[in-house]
Amino acid sequence: MSSMPSQDRKRKISWIDFIVVAVVIGFFVFIAQRISSVLIYKWDWSMVAPYIFYFDDDTGEWVANLLVQGLATTVRLALYGIVISALIGVIMGFCRTVNNLFLRMVARVYVEFIRNMPPIVFIFVFYFFISSQIMPLLGVDDFARNASPATLELIRFFAGDPLLFSNFISGLICLAMFEGAYITEIVRAGIQSIPRGQWEAATSVGLSRFHVLRYVILPQAVQRIVPPLANQFINLIKDSSIVSLISIQELTFMAVEVGVSTTRVFEVWIITAVFYFVICYGCAYTFTRMERRMGRSRR
Amino acid sequence: MNESVTAPVIELSGVSKFFDQFQALREVDMDVRLGEKVVVCGPSGSGKSTMIRCINRLESHDQGRIVVDGIELTHDMGNILAVRREVGMVFQQFNLFPHLTVLENCTLAPMRARKLSREEANRVAMEYLERVQIPDQANKYPAQLSGGQQQRVAIARSLCMKPRIMLFDEPTSALDPEMIKEVLDVMVELAKEGMTMVVVTHEMGFAKTVADKMVFMDHGEIVEVAPPQTFFNDPQSDRTKQFLSQILSH
Repeated sequence: MSSMPSQDRKRKISWIDFIVVAVVIGFFVFIAQRISSVLIYKWDWSMVAPYIFYFDDDTGEWVANLLVQGLATTVRLALYGIVISALIGVIMGFCRTVNNLFLRMVARVYVEFIRNMPPIVFIFVFYFFISSQIMPLLGVDDFARNASPATLELIRFFAGDPLLFSNFISGLICLAMFEGAYITEIVRAGIQSIPRGQWEAATSVGLSRFHVLRYVILPQAVQRIVPPLANQFINLIKDSSIVSLISIQELTFMAVEVGVSTTRVFEVWIITAVFYFVICYGCAYTFTRMERRMGRSRR
Repeated sequence: MNESVTAPVIELSGVSKFFDQFQALREVDMDVRLGEKVVVCGPSGSGKSTMIRCINRLESHDQGRIVVDGIELTHDMGNILAVRREVGMVFQQFNLFPHLTVLENCTLAPMRARKLSREEANRVAMEYLERVQIPDQANKYPAQLSGGQQQRVAIARSLCMKPRIMLFDEPTSALDPEMIKEVLDVMVELAKEGMTMVVVTHEMGFAKTVADKMVFMDHGEIVEVAPPQTFFNDPQSDRTKQFLSQILSH
């Protein structure tokens, strides 16, 4: 049933398509020509390549260098960020829909506070607050400093360099809080998009409020939430580049470093772009498949 | 007849309800006895739906008392849940759960609210789906059924909770004419089995066959209460006469 539109879609190519393609190709040829004639830039990928992987003569092994380390941090930020922000979003989004005025106010204030502020401003303010106040309070620094070698290995695996552990956590919290506000709105809209009749029918057969939500409202809301949520997760991955400004050593931060030290700015940024694209597209692809599978189980 | 059969299972006394400034119910008094079939009619906006929605507290009343099956409806959530488990409701728009199959629609509440096992809930559900004559559709989704079939599933879904009282809020108003009969047939069967029913409907033929008591409402008030014989042949109030002449004129 859901595959019907794509079957109806026209596959024929008309002469307009040829013109459009020709114009696009012409445009790129023009740009390439301008670049080669006007911009005096000697491409040199060999200087940048070692920053991805280099061969260590002493150990005789290939070692991941700065760009890949940055990529790893970005992937970690993305993964944990998605989980934490989704958690915040579901809880706060639910709070936005309850009768309790206090909970509604808390969620509302959270959302309005964050979405009406540029991410960079929010992160500057909150990073310094969290890293200088909250982290010492929780004893994160001491924990990382006094950890046993085994724990250190764990930290290294899950969060990268233990010396930067506290920074990493602060940045992660900022990112998750920021994206959580948008997910809150997505979840709220999803819950509220379910017709009132569903609530009424479910309560009238004697289900408790929790059961109504769990078995009737949320399953239907999730189907509507998934597409905008996928979009927000991709935004989260891209927005994670903002935390480079507070010295979290993720991909963008490393790209700046490598760009400065090698002066091969274009090469570095093109590689960075490819890295980001691969992660984001991977995420988008996963969600498209998930959506399709959910659509299938429905009808 | 013994005492428990004649005692009212639904008692409304002096019930008023406001939507902001608008008064939807004006000191409504009504009794329904066990096994009694009450048909409520009246022009649109007369408060019929609001009244039966107060009986299972989909709407809360602002004044007066509502006692259902010996339990008074207040803000106490435990009482409200207890009442809702004894009172089934069928809606104009069916309101089936679109993400669940017909069978799952019927088993959800018995499993969660009555704690039946899946096997037991399935058995009960199939029994009622047979009663409304659609056991063969059990594994389809609501969107695959016709309106009449959906409404019959909705009736079965309510019955699976084994309620003592069934409320019907214009159950045939959203149906195509050729599907009205199949739903009314199920309701007539239910009435014959002795179910206590409060039905808001414009189906006067159904009312004449089934009702023990007709209730006519206008502007949030109960204007007239009478057995169908008297109600249709010798209505007392002018408003009732006018209403009947309008809907029976064709």
